[in-house]
Amino acid sequence: MKPQVSISESIAFNNKRRYWTVGRFTLLGMALPSFIFLLLFAYGPIFGWIYAFFDYRIGMRLSQAEFMGLHYFRIAFSDPDILRVLLNTLAISFLGLLSLPLAALFAIFLSEMKWKKYQKFVQTASTLPHFISWIIVFSLSFALFSPESGLMNRILLQIGIIDTPLNPMANNQWAWFFQAALFIWKGLGYSAIIFFAAIASIDRELHEAADVDGAGRYMKIWHITVPGMMPTFIVLLLLNIGSLLSNGFEQYYVFMNPLVQSKLEVLDYYVYKVGLALNDVPVATAFSILKTIISICLLLGANLLSRKIADRGIL
Amino acid sequence: MATMKLGWREWVFQIANLIVFTLLLLICLYPFYFILIQSFSDPIESSRNIVALYPLGFTLQNYVEVFALPGLALAFIISVLRTVLGTVISLFFSSIFAYTLMKKELPGRKILYRISILSMYLNAGLIPWYIVMRNYHLNDTFLLYVLPGAVSVFNVILIKTFMENVPSALEESARMDGAGYWTIYSRIMMPLSIPVLAAVAVFTAVGQWNTWMDNLLLINNNKLNTLQYILLQYLNQAEMIAAQVKEGGNAAGYQISPFSLRMTVTMVVTIPVLLVYPIIQRYFVSGIMLGAVKG
Repeated sequence: MKPQVSISESIAFNNKRRYWTVGRFTLLGMALPSFIFLLLFAYGPIFGWIYAFFDYRIGMRLSQAEFMGLHYFRIAFSDPDILRVLLNTLAISFLGLLSLPLAALFAIFLSEMKWKKYQKFVQTASTLPHFISWIIVFSLSFALFSPESGLMNRILLQIGIIDTPLNPMANNQWAWFFQAALFIWKGLGYSAIIFFAAIASIDRELHEAADVDGAGRYMKIWHITVPGMMPTFIVLLLLNIGSLLSNGFEQYYVFMNPLVQSKLEVLDYYVYKVGLALNDVPVATAFSILKTIISICLLLGANLLSRKIADRGIL
Repeated sequence: MATMKLGWREWVFQIANLIVFTLLLLICLYPFYFILIQSFSDPIESSRNIVALYPLGFTLQNYVEVFALPGLALAFIISVLRTVLGTVISLFFSSIFAYTLMKKELPGRKILYRISILSMYLNAGLIPWYIVMRNYHLNDTFLLYVLPGAVSVFNVILIKTFMENVPSALEESARMDGAGYWTIYSRIMMPLSIPVLAAVAVFTAVGQWNTWMDNLLLINNNKLNTLQYILLQYLNQAEMIAAQVKEGGNAAGYQISPFSLRMTVTMVVTIPVLLVYPIIQRYFVSGIMLGAVKG
């Protein structure tokens, strides 16, 4: 690859007039505005990492801030809350990983469905939660689970199963599970689509051959469908490993309340809290830098693993 | 059906499967239905009785009250504007970038492509993003909603992959006729790429409609609030707003409860998604699969 580039470059250098045709100028002119947007909005914020090294507060100019070296990284590492935050982050992420096998099961059994129109309808409807914002999810959750007017409590109180309303949105003990359940509810149907397509692409002849051999439904699922969708499953699992530290900010922002705070402060939320609520920009930025570096390492590690076991990279 | 001979075991399986998926369907859809019937129910009825299956005391008054709330109509317009403009801008800059990156004649193509790909793996984080957007003076401007998403590298790759499969003979014959790159892009590549552009457009539009973090962090001007953000405020302050509506004392002496207020505003925000959903779902399978091929 390398010599090729340099040859074409040297040709370009020798025949400057021939290389810089009107066409090339047009192309460059067409590409540049988009590329500048990319630099401004994808790389611009990366330059914001510089704030991790200065005693910076919002509203200051960088030139007014004192250079502090790695001071804020040391503070970040010795933050007494960070272990709890990491534990929350990883616990909810691992619970969220359950959505993969569940989506795979969903796709397997849905593809066995005899009534194709209903199958299509289930597929469409189960994807709907993916396309609404976390604010709407919060509102739906409030409608069903709030202690004063939520449907669940009104029914349970009416039939006398409980005397005091339950409040799952403010239950510290179940907070991880409740959020992971919401996450799975929102994404299950959407994840299933990929598995569904993987199943559809399995060679039909395999099924026919198995029929001839007298294999039953579960034999066929176990020996044909499951191996057929395994590569997809592994790729998705490894990609998820790359985002173990990213639970997202929006879900935890809308569901945060004092009773569950100690369990729902995940890294993405904590960075917001330190940076904007506590106005400690350098430490929050240091957390973000560390998070990105660790995430890239996890992704590269997962990629390496994928090359080893599935013989293909995920990147 | 008569041609299909099913044993009883098969019937048991199919019916059990049907029941399980119907339950799953209910879990997915019932919350939406519940909010819908609440928004059409009389608040007094729904506070006395449990509204679970159909509206009680059917009324549209909740919607009348909600649309009269200060800021809601304007927020609706802002959300529509950011969705439409944000999608158009993103489609234009992403597709033109995809086209040029596909051309071997583009000077520095390789390095531009690598820089673009790398950006997908680098996540600056919330706070650096926040400060840099302020440094660009995008806080409290509408541009904050539409410019940062102008080029989505993920979409660029989707569009580029699609364009690479357009037969090159079409482009060559246009070249013969003296068409330049711009003409080829706008007259040939764009129309031929409509399937992928449509898929990218619906995903971008839904994303725009659902985004509120930029509003929360960087917009203090109430006139620029989006519908999602207004909903968040209403969810958090429903008691207060319901009390205000009460004090305002409308002619019919209608009293909206905080709960009905929350449910009705939620419907107002959700209905546009529900309306375009049948259109979206034609594209999302292709959209996800394009993404999966890339992944």
